[in-house]
Amino acid sequence: MRYDVVIIGAGMSGLAAGVRLAHFGKRVLIVEQHALWGGLNSFYKKGGHHFDVGLHAVTNWLAPGYRGSRIPMQRILRQLRISWEELGLEPQTRSSVWFDDARMVFTNDLAVLTQEVQRCFPDQVDGFVRLSERCAEYPEANHDTPPVSTRRVLTEYLSDSLLVDMLLCPLMFYGNAEEEDMDFEQFVILFNSIYREGFCRPRRGVRQVLDVLTDKYTELGGELRRRTPVERLVVKDGRVTEVVLGRGENVEADVVLSSAGLVETMAMRSDVDDDRFEPLAGKLAFTENIWLLDEDPKALGFEDCVTFFNRGPGFAWRSPEAPVDLSSGVICVPGNYAHAEPLDRHMVRATHLANHRVWFEWDEARYREEKGAYIQRSLATVAERGGDLSGHVTYTDGFTPRTVTQFTRHRNGAVYGSPHKVKSGCTEVENLYLCGTDQGFVGIVGAMLSGIAMANQHGLRG
Amino acid sequence: MSENEVRKLILDIIHDIAPDEDLSDVKSDVRLRDQLDLDSMDFLDIVMELRKRHQIEVPEEDYMELSTLDGCVAYLSPKFA
Repeated sequence: MRYDVVIIGAGMSGLAAGVRLAHFGKRVLIVEQHALWGGLNSFYKKGGHHFDVGLHAVTNWLAPGYRGSRIPMQRILRQLRISWEELGLEPQTRSSVWFDDARMVFTNDLAVLTQEVQRCFPDQVDGFVRLSERCAEYPEANHDTPPVSTRRVLTEYLSDSLLVDMLLCPLMFYGNAEEEDMDFEQFVILFNSIYREGFCRPRRGVRQVLDVLTDKYTELGGELRRRTPVERLVVKDGRVTEVVLGRGENVEADVVLSSAGLVETMAMRSDVDDDRFEPLAGKLAFTENIWLLDEDPKALGFEDCVTFFNRGPGFAWRSPEAPVDLSSGVICVPGNYAHAEPLDRHMVRATHLANHRVWFEWDEARYREEKGAYIQRSLATVAERGGDLSGHVTYTDGFTPRTVTQFTRHRNGAVYGSPHKVKSGCTEVENLYLCGTDQGFVGIVGAMLSGIAMANQHGLRG
Repeated sequence: MSENEVRKLILDIIHDIAPDEDLSDVKSDVRLRDQLDLDSMDFLDIVMELRKRHQIEVPEEDYMELSTLDGCVAYLSPKFA
C-alpha cells in the first residue's frame, strides 16, 4: 500500500496534520500504537469513570467575535476549517501563582496580572510592563534563531528573583522541556499563550477537541489505524522507503511525519544502530493525581481554575532526586471554569515533577506502594494550597512517568519531550520529518500548530 | 462562467476559510486584505482551494492579481472559459 503521507502518532499534532493534508486531497495514513488516540492529550476509562490525561487548560483563549492581530487559536480554526462553536471552549474565571511569600492572581485579561505585580512587587511593575510589551511585539517564531537564555533576558526587565520565578513557574509547567531555564522564544510564546490570551477549557474536556479532529479527518477520507506501532522505518540512500508496521504489514510513503519524538523516531530507523540520540531524551517527567469528590471544591476552598504553587526557597525546575517533588505543583479544578452549565462531577487534579528514572526501576509491588504513598502526600500538599479534600474523596486515580511511557512510548515519561527541539522538523533522512512535542511546540494548541506547520511545509509544498 | 459566478466562488472559498468574516458587503475594487481579516496564510489557502476545487493553478508571481475581487474576476474568468 502506498500513501502520500504516513503520520506516526494520533495525538493532537498528528491529527491536525492529517486533517490539513487530507483536506487538500493527500492520501494519508495515521498509525497509532495505542488503542486510543490523543497521544499525550488522551483519555481513558477507569472504575467506570472517564478521565482526561492531564488536561488542565487549553491555552490561547479566543473570545467569540475576536478582532485584532492574528492569534494562534484563530490560525488553528482557519487552517483546519473548524468553527469556533465546534471546539466549545469556555474561558477560565481565574488562576493564581502561589509561592510562600506572595500570591498573584491572573485571568484572561493581562491587566489583572499587571495589577497583581503592582500590588506584590511595586518597584518591578515598570519592568513587567516593558517585558509584556516586548512579548506582544515579538515577531512570529523563527526557525533559525539560536536559543537565548530567558533568565538572562529577564534580568534586563526584572531584578526581583521571586517575581522571575513566579512568572516562570506556570510557563515551565506548561511546556518547558529544558531544566532550569528556557529558550526566550519559547518564553514569549508561552507568555502570550498563558498571560495575554489565557486559559479555556472545552466543556467535555479533551474528547471534545479530539472528536472534532478525528471526525473531520475521517470525513475527509483519512485513514487511522490504532494498535498499530511502527516496528521499523526502512531507510535506504537517505530516504524512508518503507514503513514496517507492527502487524507485519509494510506501507510506502512519499513523506513520513512522526510525532513520536526525536529520540523515539530515530530509534525506529533501520540505518542507524548507535545510541547517539539517547542523550537527547527529555528528563522532565510528572506524576498526576486525580480525585473525584462528593463536594464542590469551591466550597472546600479552591477558588482557582489552576493554581501553580511552590513551597520553600527557590523554584526548582529539574528532575528531582526524590521520586516526586512535592515542593511545587499544579492544582486544577475543571469545575471552576466559566462553563455555561456546571459539570456533572466534582474533581481536583494535582501534578508534580517526578524523577525520570526511579519509577521505571521498581518492581510492580514497590511501584504500586510508592504510587499510593505519593498520592496521599500529594493530597496533604494540596490541602495547604486550597483545602482539605480527605473526607470528600470518592475515587482516586493517578499516573506516573511509567504510565506515560507505557501509553505514549515517550522516553522517561517526559511529556514535553527532548530539550533539543528541531524547529524545522527536518531530520537527516530526506523524507522523514518531526511534528509535535519535539518539533518545538507543546500543549494542545502548540501541538496542533506544529502539525499544521509541518503539513504545510513538508506535505503540501510543491 | 459569468463574472458573478467567479465572484461567488471566491467569496465561497473565503467564507470556508474565515467563517467569522462578514462577506455581505465586500467591495470589488478594494484590496481584500484591507477590508477583511485575511493574512498571507489565509491568502495562500485561497490559492490552494482554487487548485483543489477548480483545478486552477495560480503561480506565485500572479498572486497580486487576486488582491481585489475585480482582480480575481479579471484573472480567473479566462481560465474558466
